[in-house]
Amino acid sequence: MSQTLTATGFMGLDSGLSRGMSLVRTVPVESAAASTSETPDQRRAAWMAAAQAGDRRAYEKLLADSVALIKAAARRQGVAQDHLDDVVQETLITVHRVRHTYDPSRSYDAWLTAIANRRAIDALRSRGRRDSRELHDEFALDSHPDTDDASAATESGQRAQRLREAIAELPPGQREAVEQLGLRERSLSEAAEITGRNTGALKVNLHRALKALRERFHGEP
Amino acid sequence: MSDPRPHEALIDRLGTDLVPVRRLLPPWLRTAGWMLAVAAIAAVLLMHYGADPMLRRWAVTPDLGWAGMGAVITAITAAWAAFALGVPGRRAAWAWLPLPGALLWIGASGMGCLRTWIAPGTHIANMHQSADCLVFIISFSIPLSALLIVLLRRAFPLRPVLTAVLIGLASAAASASLLEICHAYDAAATDLLTHALAVAVVVAVNAAMGGRLLSKA
Repeated sequence: MSQTLTATGFMGLDSGLSRGMSLVRTVPVESAAASTSETPDQRRAAWMAAAQAGDRRAYEKLLADSVALIKAAARRQGVAQDHLDDVVQETLITVHRVRHTYDPSRSYDAWLTAIANRRAIDALRSRGRRDSRELHDEFALDSHPDTDDASAATESGQRAQRLREAIAELPPGQREAVEQLGLRERSLSEAAEITGRNTGALKVNLHRALKALRERFHGEP
Repeated sequence: MSDPRPHEALIDRLGTDLVPVRRLLPPWLRTAGWMLAVAAIAAVLLMHYGADPMLRRWAVTPDLGWAGMGAVITAITAAWAAFALGVPGRRAAWAWLPLPGALLWIGASGMGCLRTWIAPGTHIANMHQSADCLVFIISFSIPLSALLIVLLRRAFPLRPVLTAVLIGLASAAASASLLEICHAYDAAATDLLTHALAVAVVVAVNAAMGGRLLSKA
């Protein structure tokens, strides 16, 4: 890229209190480009003045020229390399929306840098918010394993099938206790009523059933 | 060097959308426009009350005159600073512009308060009159703040809350200046407190609403 970044205006210096120091002539683009004595900032100021009057060619040149300035501003604010383009896009859109606020007698670079800084800070803030959400998502992932995962789904399906088979092979009293108390989540008295067994027998059967299942799956006595 | 090409499509689209725009008027010109509205209200009040009571009060107690002048300077400088901060690239240091005027305003009002203790016998505002002051400042501040916000609607304040604080300060100071015209009594502790309360209310309300009213981000 041919243009280099000068310190004028680029440091975010405001010429607001030193009006008249960097007066920019609002001359047509061609003659502005031809002038050798003007700084890149002055050239861009002339382009923006022309763009405010509706000169599309000057505007497109100006915006293309602004990309590097925006990236530099965003980088200084601490925006990561792979997010610079987002800030550039947001800044270009903002520049388009508020282009009437630019005063051609002042530094274009200072005006642009102020907007780019704002957009860079916005990007950092929204990224910060997203990152903190993602942190919680990680936590959620640990607590609630992903059920959409194909292999996990198959595995849990197989486990359930094995458990069902194991329960079916239990002696009838134990099987009844597991079904009523464990799977249907009935209370002891409800289960007693349905099965016609007393609560003590149900408790013993459940205990034995769980012990048998544990032994079967984990080899524990 | 960075490659600007990835943004070509966007630049092309923005170029297609380009239409000529009317530039924002310089901050001093917009300040003048707002002060014109304040001056019009002052003219109406002067026609109704006349300038004599105000001038007589100032002749007897010059610090009231200084306080009034401080309020006027605060109103002008705060409005100017608000308009300046509505343009990207202007320094945040503009926010300090109303400080000297505000110091004169507060300082001279404080002197008036002190004088009441040193030289008792002057007419001290009672609570009822103080409440009138409060209502006057707040009710005049609302339209004056609204006018400033309207004048700032095309601007792009990158610091909306700070700008809103300045809007509040400008309109509260202008209202206090207008109050000078129809103020029937000297500054006293209660009066000063009411002024401070009214100014604080106006500034705080503007600050609270500033983000929503001004931010185009």
